[in-house]
Amino acid sequence: MFQVRIHGRGGQGVVTAAEMLSVAAFDEGRHAQAFPSFGSERTGAPVVAFCRIADREIRLREPIMAPDALIIQDPTLLHQVDCFAGLKKDGYILINTSKTFDELGLGEFLRDWPPERLCTVPATELALKHLGRPVPNMPLLGGFAAVTGVIRLESVIKAIEERFSGKVAAGNVAAAREAYAIVKAEMEEALHHA
Amino acid sequence: MSYQPIKFYQTGTFTVGNRLLPPEQRSVQAQQKRYNSLNSGHRACQGCGEALGARYAIDAAMEATNGRLICANATGCLEVFSTPYPETSWQVPWIHSLFGNTAAVATGIAAALKVKMQKGERRHIRVVAQGGDGGTTDIGFGCLSGMFERNDDVLFICYDNGGYMNTGIQRSSATPPAARTATTPAVGETPGNVFGQGKFVPAIALAHDIPYVATATVADLRDLEAKVRRAMELSGARYLHILVPCPLGWGFASHETIKMARLAKETGLFPVFEAEHGEITAVLPIRHPLPVEEYLKPQKRFAHLFAPRLRTDVLTRLQALADRNIQRYGLLEKP
Amino acid sequence: MLKQIEGSRAVAEAVALCRPEVICAYPISPQTHIVEALGEMVKAGTLAPCEFINVESEFAAMSVAIGASAAGARSYTATASQGLLFMAEAVFNAAGLGLPIVMTVANRAIGAPINIWNDHSDALALRDAGWIQLFAENNQEALDLHIQAFRLGEELSLPVMVCMDGFILTHAFERVDMPTQEQVDAYLPPYEPRQVLDPAEPVSIGAMVGPEAFMEVRYLAHAKQMEALKLIPAYAAEFKAIFGRDSGGLTHTYRCEDAETIVVAMGSVLGTIKDVVDEMRETGHKIGVLGITLFRPFPLEAVRAGLKGAKRVVVLEKSMAVGLGGILSTNVRMALSGLHMHGYTVIAGLGGRAITKQSLTKLFLEAEQDALEHVTFLDLDWAIVNKQLEREKAHRRSGPVAENLLRDIGVVAARNY
Repeated sequence: MFQVRIHGRGGQGVVTAAEMLSVAAFDEGRHAQAFPSFGSERTGAPVVAFCRIADREIRLREPIMAPDALIIQDPTLLHQVDCFAGLKKDGYILINTSKTFDELGLGEFLRDWPPERLCTVPATELALKHLGRPVPNMPLLGGFAAVTGVIRLESVIKAIEERFSGKVAAGNVAAAREAYAIVKAEMEEALHHA
Repeated sequence: MSYQPIKFYQTGTFTVGNRLLPPEQRSVQAQQKRYNSLNSGHRACQGCGEALGARYAIDAAMEATNGRLICANATGCLEVFSTPYPETSWQVPWIHSLFGNTAAVATGIAAALKVKMQKGERRHIRVVAQGGDGGTTDIGFGCLSGMFERNDDVLFICYDNGGYMNTGIQRSSATPPAARTATTPAVGETPGNVFGQGKFVPAIALAHDIPYVATATVADLRDLEAKVRRAMELSGARYLHILVPCPLGWGFASHETIKMARLAKETGLFPVFEAEHGEITAVLPIRHPLPVEEYLKPQKRFAHLFAPRLRTDVLTRLQALADRNIQRYGLLEKP
Repeated sequence: MLKQIEGSRAVAEAVALCRPEVICAYPISPQTHIVEALGEMVKAGTLAPCEFINVESEFAAMSVAIGASAAGARSYTATASQGLLFMAEAVFNAAGLGLPIVMTVANRAIGAPINIWNDHSDALALRDAGWIQLFAENNQEALDLHIQAFRLGEELSLPVMVCMDGFILTHAFERVDMPTQEQVDAYLPPYEPRQVLDPAEPVSIGAMVGPEAFMEVRYLAHAKQMEALKLIPAYAAEFKAIFGRDSGGLTHTYRCEDAETIVVAMGSVLGTIKDVVDEMRETGHKIGVLGITLFRPFPLEAVRAGLKGAKRVVVLEKSMAVGLGGILSTNVRMALSGLHMHGYTVIAGLGGRAITKQSLTKLFLEAEQDALEHVTFLDLDWAIVNKQLEREKAHRRSGPVAENLLRDIGVVAARNY
């Protein structure tokens, strides 16, 4: 079972991201369970959503306390919330930022981490560019497909096209594709340096 | 052929000789084929204004709908005296659910009938909800307002006897100021019910801009019937507020019910009017203006205003309420 | 057809397949997504003919359902928590009148202190209202139970509450197999009421009944619920024949063969418990699970049969009888009359407190050692409890309890879950 925790703020589509991730996994014939952190969220407040992906029925109903992967939709949360709580050793981290891990002040903290599992993607910029709105969730899923390989980019695109239509779908697909390419390049570079 | 002279005492809706009117103007009760929706044999008190009002109102609604009517009833005197198991006086399909939810139950019935008609399973059937003032102006008020606001196809009839008579005459928000009830006893410096701001639900119904709002009394039964008829010509939320004097609760002789209702109207304490879509379209004018004392004095619930000392101060305030009604609704203007 | 959708959406689609005629809605978390989805279907005309009524309170919601059901319409509503309590009088009334309304309860805690998260306090507060109460373990079962609920309720002329854990199920996206309209039509015949408001045959419904017949009316309500105990397994079997899966029924046992310790629970926590039991079985622990699907009528015989032979029973419940202990466990005890075994009540997950595998594993290991208190509060923060008790001893005006505890805990917004 692969467990993902998504941190973000109300209004950034955190819950939608978890749901869409589960749909993408479902489209690949797998079992998936997505759920929010069950709060009465307000716009801008810290929000958490979860997604489990497995090859058999998922019965577990506890929150994800030891995630295999983290998606951080808003880097300002890093100073507010213990986003890394319980993250499995060598787990994947994808952060929506144009900064590096060092610039975010995480270099020391993640020193021993496999570098190809630490990725950043300027998802908000990508969303603005392709969609005209600062909603980073779909490009981040594209990046997630790249960094983890748990789901395919095509599945993310299919999930986007099932949920949205017209310009919104097209913009999100383009943003997700570009994010995927950016993260792939980052990973290759990391492996190259390693 | 024997000849009996007939004297005309009154005209119009007050005509005592119902048989002198052309058939279409006669009371529904004048017909042999009357519906007897609330049949005889029920257990209301002698002189019960509510039983009289309900009988006329529901039979008129039955007449207007050719007998295709369903009634929802709030808890209260009317429900209790008409249906102790295993007897029922109702010859209409009738449901009693709770004290405070009658308007909502009626909404549900109307919704069901609408769907059933769309499916072709039922013909057109109308819905009347009814309750006392407690079930309307107090505990049932939320559901009533909701039904008004949604404009559900329901005629809600309130039989207002100014208190919780079924439980032993306690105060409701429809109890008049200064009236004695079991929870507003005639003791202390300000005996009887308080002078609040009042809660005249017909005016609140008007504020919902619903298709039809009217008041009536059991003193003028054909006016009451005409209003039910008009209400049934319209669809959407409709409200009819009928003053039904209670001999037991008010403390008057059981043969004086209609007189009490008439005095309430003639003093101006109970305005009788009709409104459509939030605008008043007609009032029943006062014929013989009377001071409020004429109405208050015969009732034991107001006895403390007259003895041991005359409470002119309170009577003045009550007269002011009547005067305000006369002014506001134009009760002295000739139609 | 397999779909990956939200639990609320799954239930809404299942309810729509049941061809409801009147739906009344009043918003309360975590139930709202269900009626929102149904409202959209009615507005769009995909669910027709159907009246969707936005009422002004839960009390009105149940009352509208009462009126609609009495007029012969298949009626549905959904609520939770305070909403269920606000409509309580009408909930009893619907059962007393014998009206087969189906209502989803998206289980949520009861305040004060106000809390929007999941536990079973709401549905269990109304356990004796005369409704049939079914508890879903996952979204597939929630969906299936609604279809069975209309069938069962209408056959017996009794209202049915389908309980599903608020947020945990209602807001979870997971795989469900959505039946076809043909399947549902084959399973659920049109509603044929036993009593109906009809000018052609006027009846009085809801007449006053005095001491001479009231007990008999109440007894008949009980007798009908007893009948449900027979009908439910039959309907579940018929359901399997048409839909091809096990759903519903009275109780479900899991790995109870040779089990010395059996955990009893209701709702979505059963999944987590089963995962724990699988792990414990791998290391040789003789532990099993008895899941209760039907809470009212309470399946005494099935529970007794399921637990017979075990050495101990741990009832893990998301509810509490203040001043006594458990609610579910009190009911389970009744099934165990005369059987000799250790019985433990575990109160867990109140107000959305996460029930984790880690805590459950520790709990069950302690239970196996018979080292549990008879009433145990899982993962209770004794530090803040004791601090408050001390505070109350020290100061007369110790202040509002909830506020004190929040202050003692510190900032909660920064937590992950």
